[in-house]
Parts: sequence; structure tokens; C-alpha cells
Amino acid sequence: MKLSFVKTLAFAAAASLALASGAAQAAGGAKHPKDGGFSFEGPFGTFDQGQLQRGFKVYREVCAACHSMNLVSFRNLGEKNGPFWSEEHSNPNDNPYVKAIAAEFEVADVDSETGDAITRKGTPADRLPSPYPNEAAARAGNGGAYPPDLSVMAKARHGGADYIYSLLTGYRQPPAGLKVQPGVYYNPYMAGDLAAYWTGDHDHVPAGGFIAMPPPLADGQVTFDDGTRSTVEQQSKDVAAFIAWASDPKATVRKQTGVSVMLYLALFAGITYVSYRRIWRNVAH
Amino acid sequence: MADQVGTAAHGEGQDPTRRDFIHIAAGAAAAGGAAMAVWPLINQMNPAGDTLALASTEFDVTKVAEGQQVTIKWRGKPVFIRHRTAAQIAEARNVSMGDLKDPQPDSERVKQGKEQFLILVGSCTHLGCVPTFGTGDYGGWFCPCHGSHYDTSGRIRKGPAPLNLEVPEYAFLTDTSVKIG
Amino acid sequence: MSDHESTYVPKSGFERWLDQRLPIIRLMNDAMVDYPTPKNLNYWWTFGGILTVCLMIQIVTGIVLAMHYVPHVDHAFASVERIMRDVNGGWLIRYVHSNGASMFFIAVYIHMFRGLYYGSYKAPREIIWILGCIIFFLMIATAFLGYVLPWGQMSFHGAVVITNLLGSIPLIGESITTWLWGGFAVDNPTLNRFFSLHYLLPFVIAGVVGLHIWALHVPGNNNPVGILIPQDQRRRDTVPFHPYYTVKDGFAIIVFLLMFAAFVFFNPNALGHADNYIPANPLVTPAHIVPEWYLLPFYAILRAIPDKFGGVIAMFASIGVLFVLPWLDTSRVRSMRYRPAMRWYFIIFVIVALGLGWCGAQLPDAQVIPGVPSFVLLDGELNSYLWLTRILTAYYFIFFLVIMPFVGLRETPLPVPESISSPVLSAPGAVPAGSHAEAEKKG
Repeated sequence: MKLSFVKTLAFAAAASLALASGAAQAAGGAKHPKDGGFSFEGPFGTFDQGQLQRGFKVYREVCAACHSMNLVSFRNLGEKNGPFWSEEHSNPNDNPYVKAIAAEFEVADVDSETGDAITRKGTPADRLPSPYPNEAAARAGNGGAYPPDLSVMAKARHGGADYIYSLLTGYRQPPAGLKVQPGVYYNPYMAGDLAAYWTGDHDHVPAGGFIAMPPPLADGQVTFDDGTRSTVEQQSKDVAAFIAWASDPKATVRKQTGVSVMLYLALFAGITYVSYRRIWRNVAH
Repeated sequence: MADQVGTAAHGEGQDPTRRDFIHIAAGAAAAGGAAMAVWPLINQMNPAGDTLALASTEFDVTKVAEGQQVTIKWRGKPVFIRHRTAAQIAEARNVSMGDLKDPQPDSERVKQGKEQFLILVGSCTHLGCVPTFGTGDYGGWFCPCHGSHYDTSGRIRKGPAPLNLEVPEYAFLTDTSVKIG
Repeated sequence: MSDHESTYVPKSGFERWLDQRLPIIRLMNDAMVDYPTPKNLNYWWTFGGILTVCLMIQIVTGIVLAMHYVPHVDHAFASVERIMRDVNGGWLIRYVHSNGASMFFIAVYIHMFRGLYYGSYKAPREIIWILGCIIFFLMIATAFLGYVLPWGQMSFHGAVVITNLLGSIPLIGESITTWLWGGFAVDNPTLNRFFSLHYLLPFVIAGVVGLHIWALHVPGNNNPVGILIPQDQRRRDTVPFHPYYTVKDGFAIIVFLLMFAAFVFFNPNALGHADNYIPANPLVTPAHIVPEWYLLPFYAILRAIPDKFGGVIAMFASIGVLFVLPWLDTSRVRSMRYRPAMRWYFIIFVIVALGLGWCGAQLPDAQVIPGVPSFVLLDGELNSYLWLTRILTAYYFIFFLVIMPFVGLRETPLPVPESISSPVLSAPGAVPAGSHAEAEKKG
């Protein structure tokens, strides 16, 4: 009697869960993101430092013109598992690559003698500077659309790095019958509802939405110092990986700690279970 | 009636709280787990990454003219970077240790080859006020709060302060750039 | 305080001295060491201990996070990311706290379902149940306040939706909303006061938990058979809480922590919503505002009623009905183990509760079975989540208000054992003393 109740409950729970997972759709009518085959996915995933460096270069040379990353500091680039981590310079503030990269940027500051607003060369302690002084200026410079900050973009979108990679490689000619407004572009991976702009069969509204960003990448646009072929596909994957790192720089530490914690807890559970059975051995229950 | 609760173990009458190894092991695992859980909660109060990033600061000493001083902020405190004249250096060296409340030769308070630069934490060792530059009886600094006088090596000469002005950890990265902290 | 005499004997001079002035060691002994506990408790009973651990984890991690969090609209989001990146171990503490809230609710729902199934709410344990309902309500309030603090899109717009609900109260609604907001919309004053209240409520919860455990220790724990254990059976049918249940609860807690760790370390954002990593923007509403998963059933009930104020009433009533449950159930048998008819209704109730949670995350006009056309009933398609939610909501209330009283009177329960130790009844059909809920003796 008791057993069948438990079984029934378990079945009910499992059925509900199965329904839940089966009916999952891509967010907002967008196409489900492609799999970028990233090295950092899964419980034992790690970032590929070479990929992070290439991704940073793409961000630096293409994206940073419009997109800020203002929750990331230069010194983060030199932290463990980051793009410019080096065993020799374990303190990222002393990392020469980090210092050099920081010095390439101009950051806003105040002259301590005159009080005027000035710009100076960046230091590792500085945050990555924004290309615009504020949101209004960013909108004015981009036809009213605000290029979002990329610091946590991989956490802010379903699909994470796969979504970013798919979006960047997803630009294509809109299907005939789709009315595209001026200043926006069709992308099947972009969240949106195109029913209002579709003149075709209403049971087959195209997936995706309109994005204000024009296709930002082109083959060969960024030269990779390690000689990797610079295709749009490669650039997209690399910058998606870099954004994934920026969004979650502690991911590798987190997973490694997790393995240790789970092993410890499993061992602890085993010991405690034996202790429990020992204690209860002589009690009829 | 005061029943003995629960020693109702039939059979062998084994006391369940007997110190079997497995119970000790479980207890030890619990203690270990608790310690591992507590450490991050304590460590989070240690200085965070952004605070540590500002733990050192670099400064271009060419900004300090001879005989002048620049004050910068380091770790939330004022730091004096003073470019001493030859006369001031000589004065600092010619003091006998017996005259000092906190004896220390000038050579120990500067870097070899860069003796003209005196880098000190600008906090009076009495109660922490910021001493004023160039005043006082010894040509160094004078603390207006309670009248401590420091010499051209930043050593306490007169007044209630017990120790010389603190020399922070610093190193010259190049001839013109010094890293403090 | 409880039915059994204290067995504590001070063992040293200091203990005697302390016992005469503040009998705290006696209290610990009587509540957690020599406390007589039924020996047949199953694993569903470990969730009380699990919940206590969850509360302690949330309070400790919360206090630590509060050392770094900045409750200002311009800095909140960035301060949370600073915790994730710069504070030593900050990522761990933050993920433990955010996933801990979900774990807390998983445990509390199991704990509540246990109470329903085994009749733990029935006399003489009505106050324990009511205190538990109060704790549940405070948990919901705390979780709602806490979710606003990171100041993401969901934080902000969730706060807008829920505070706007109060505006539907006739006459005083708008004044209450303005008072709650501290302005004309959810803004900085709102965030600041939500932080203060979020810090306060867990300590109120801790106090009510103390009362909940105190009230429990008067009659003692319920057990899967559902019978009261008479004094003379105590020696045979109970075991001291320590070490029997300290270790069993400890084991259950470790298994629970394994599940907790799986989320924290390997999928920390699975139970959240990606939109909450977008900084709050009052001018842009997310396509799909949803509360956290544990509030979805109530959100579903809210949206099921077409009238705004009606929805608010229904939502609060769905929690309110729990408070009067001890008086709705007319059964003379406590545990559903011996109430086969009621058991089916309970299973359906569990499925309905899960279903309401599912519905809460769907768009009301989305089709339940895609592609099947249907007719419009009143204000929506029949084949829509709107109507499915209404059907499920109806069962939710019918379960408490109709089924509980009705089935209790009409059912034929199975024979309840005489005692925990003798699960076979001597005379068939006879219902022994102790299996009855005290409710039948009233009035």
C-alpha cells in the first residue's frame, strides 16, 4: 500500500517533468541556438586561453566601438583562467600584458591639480571604459538603439555563448513577405514576434526578430596573432567564448570546487549512512 | 514516572551511543565539513580584488621639483614624496643617534642611489593627523595637532609622537617611476 | 512545556549553577537529546531538520552578502557583480544564497505535503500547522523582497506587477501602493526599504520557527501511522532524538546538500531567469514577466480570475485556506495511509499543484495542446492555459473546501493499527483509541 503510493507520486512527478522538458521552446519565437562546441561547457569544462585571447581581440577591435563592458576590470584579464593569466605573474596587477592592454585605453579621470575632466592611460585597476559617456549618447550614436553592455551578456540570454555565436553568424536575407523596417536587420536567432510584419501564411511565421545591430563581423576583419583563420564563424565563436568568460570568470573555479565538494559530500553521506544503520540496528522500526 | 527514554534496545542491549569508529568518522567528517564551509564566510571579509588592486600605486617622481613635496593617496592614507635638496640630505645624515627618540640612520629610510627622494606615510605617529610640510624646528614637518616636530628624514625630534614617520614598502621600477606598496 | 518529564541531570557544579539560573542546557537536552520521538518516522520527516539548516544557511550567507551589497538603484546590479567577481569566495556565497532560496522552497513544499498526507495538521497539532502557514507566508514575502534586490529586469518588473496588485483594493488601494513605493513608481526608495525588510523578515521567521518547534514538542511528533502514542507505550514506541534522529536527519541533510551543491556548482542559474541579468529598465518590459518558480502556482491562480481584485483575493485565499485546514477535514483517521479514497484526491492535488506551477510560466493565450482548434468560452479559447489554470484552480479550492469535509465523513478508512509496534489490528473493523483526531470531541 505504502509502496504503491510512493510509486504513484514518483510517476506523477516524473510525468510532469517530462511534459515540462518536452514542451520547452526557444525564447520569444527565436530559432534554437546552434551548438558552438565550446570547451567550457559541461561540469568539467574549461576556457581555452587561446580562444579567449582571440575573442578579446575581436571585442577590442570590433565590439568595443559601441559596446561597453564596464563591470570588467583590466586586472580581471590576468586572473586565473582568464585570457592573459600567467603563472609567473600571479598577481594580475603586475601582469605585463594586462598593464600593456590597459595602457592602450584612455580612461576618464579628473586632473588632481586643476579639477578638469581629462583622460589618461588605463591601469590594471581601471574598469574597461565605455565608448559613450552615458546611455543617451550611446542611443544618439546608434540611431536610437542602445548597444547593451556585454559584461554579463552570456548569462542574460537563454543559450549563453551558443546564442551569441548563433546570432553573430545568423544574419541572412529576410524571407520574401517579411516587411523589414529601415534601420533594423532580420536575424532568426533574435528574440521577437514577427507575426505583425509577416504577409505570408500565418501558420508559418518565420522564427526570429529584428535587431538594430548590423552584421558586425566580416571575414579577415580581425587578424589573429596565433595564425588562426579569421572567418566570421571563427570570430563569432571566439568573441562568444570571451563574453562567456567575462560573464562568469569564476566558472572554472566553481566547477573544480564543485567536484571536490560533491565527492566530499558523497563520502560523508556514505559514512553517515553506515553510522545511522549502526545506531538503528537493534530497534525494530 | 521518570522513564528511561529509548534505551529500549532489545536483543544484545547494545548502547547505540557507544563510540564505534564509524560514529567518530561521521563526527570528524561533520567537523571537517563545517570548517570547510566556515572558511569562505570568514575569508570574504578580507580585502576584495578591487581593494587589492589599489594596494599599490605607481608614481612618476619627475613631477616633484627639488625642495618640494607631492602628497598622493595610497591605501586611503596620504603619502609624502619629498625631493630633498643636498643641504637637507646632509642635515639628515649629521644627526647622532643619541639625539633621536626613535633612533634610525637616514640611510635606512631611503633607497640607495635615490637618497634625494624621501617617501613617507603622512600620518603622525602620535594620533594620526597629517603633518604640515616644511614647518617646525627641524626643517621637516610639523604636526599642528599636538606639536610634534619631524626632521628632514621624517624622524621625530620634539613633541609627543613616539615613532618616526613610517616608510612604506616601495621600489623604484625605473629611474623615474616608483611603485609604492 | 511538554508531556514528558525532564531527564536532564546536571553533571558538574557549573551545570548545576547554570541550571538554577537559566536552564538552557536542560532545554537543549529535553528538546534535542532525550526527546522521545516515534521510532517509525520515515524520510519525509527529515525535512523539518533540512528546513532549519536551509534557514541558517540563508541567514548566514545573507548577512555576509549584506556586507557588500549596495541597496541603491545606481549601484545594486553592479554591487552584485562585484560580489561575484572581486569579493573572496563571493560567487560561492551569492550562488548558495540564490539557490538556497529555491532549495528552501523545495523542502518546504515537501514538508507541507507530508503534513497534508499524514494528517499532521489535525488536532491536537492545529497551532503547529497554523504557525507553519505563517512561516510559509513570511518565506514568500522574504523571497519576493530578496528577488528585487539585484535590480535586474525581472526584479524590477516583478516588483511593479506585485505592488500594482495592491492598487486594485477598492478605496485605499492607490494610497497603499504609493505608501509602499515611497513615490509614484517602484524606484530607489522602494529598493532601500525592500532591503531593510528583507534583512528583517528572516529573523521573524526564526522566531516563528521557535514557536513552531515549541508547539510541536507539546504533543510530540506525528508519525506515519497517525496514532497518538500513549504514555505507557512511550518506552516501547519511541527512541531518544539523539542519536537516532540526529544522525538520520544528518544523513538526510547531507543528501539534500548534494542536490544543493549540484545546482550551486554546476548549474547555478538553472532555476533563475536570464532576464534578471539585464539591468532594470523602467521603460522596457520583458516579453514574459514570471516570478521565481516557487511562486508560479500562486501567480497562476492570480491570473486565472478575470477581475484584478478578484485575482488578488483568490491568490491570498489560496494561502488563507491552508490556515483553516484543521477544521475543514472531518476525517477521524489522521494518516492517509489508512484513507485510500482520500489518497487519490491527494495525489490529484499534488499533480494539480505542479500543474498550476507549470501554468504560471505560460502565456494565458498559449495553446495547451498545440494545433487543436477549440471554441471561445467567455473570455478565452478553451484550449488555452487560461482555462486549464481555471480548472486547476477550481480543483485546488474544491480539494480543501469540498473534498476534505465531504470525504472525511463518507469514506471507509482502513483499519488503523493499535500501536506503532503492532501494525496488525487484533479485531477487524475496530478503530482503537489514539487514532482519532481530537477534533471529534469538540463542541
